Amino acid sequence: MDIPLSCYLVLSGILFVCGVLGFLIKRNIITIFMSIELMLNGVNLSFVAFAAQWHLLSQQLGLKNVVPLSGQVFVFFVMVVAAAEAAVGLAIIIAVYRTRETLNVDRVNLLKL
Amino acid sequence: MAGAINLLVQSHPINSALSLIAVMASLAAEYLLLGAEFVAAVQVIVYAGAIMVLFVITIMLLNAGAEERTKGSHVAILIGVPGVTIGGVLVAWTLLYRSNTREVPIGALKGDPSAIARLLFHQFLLPFEVTSVLILIAIMGAVVLASRPEAVARGPRKDG
Repeated sequence: MDIPLSCYLVLSGILFVCGVLGFLIKRNIITIFMSIELMLNGVNLSFVAFAAQWHLLSQQLGLKNVVPLSGQVFVFFVMVVAAAEAAVGLAIIIAVYRTRETLNVDRVNLLKL
Repeated sequence: MAGAINLLVQSHPINSALSLIAVMASLAAEYLLLGAEFVAAVQVIVYAGAIMVLFVITIMLLNAGAEERTKGSHVAILIGVPGVTIGGVLVAWTLLYRSNTREVPIGALKGDPSAIARLLFHQFLLPFEVTSVLILIAIMGAVVLASRPEAVARGPRKDG
């Protein structure tokens, strides 16, 4: 059973669009952060799918000096950046909540703490 | 995908977090289908484990309730929804029927840990070290931001 690459790409596009929609629609700052994570996950899926496709293509064309696994290595870097971003972002959320007593982004209208 | 849509429609953040965990788990299954075993394991551990625990702890700590509705603009809905639908259908149609991509067999590219480690520590050694510095800076920033302001000003705090 083989699945066409385009199905993976469409799924990752759907995930990314859901993330963008959540980022734009939601008013809760924690949910906005979850939408960002959703977008990163959609990109990760397309990275892995393209790595597999690149592997097949380089086999068919007989290319020797390509490294198809680098797509999966990139996913690790994306995950590291996502983890760092989540840690810093949630710390910022806690600091904002401590001074503002709200999680609604419409009420956070001053950059000053 | 159903989990992703559920993330949008839920108003309470804890429900959104649970559906995000469902999305992470199903993505790990997708990675397994593509043969990326190590990526799937790391996805479960890092995303569904660590990051989601961070989210849930923050929700619990801040005692977040359901969000309030705000009024959006009608112009944005009138133009945006058909525009997004048309664009999405066009992109999906192009990808599915016009893009000339071939089929990916299940488990096409074996992403076993030894091959990934060899890449990570030879070809990508410099980015790897840079990310370690980045995550160290992120940890320090998180500690500084989340600690109380007066505690930062006075130095290490004594009370618990």
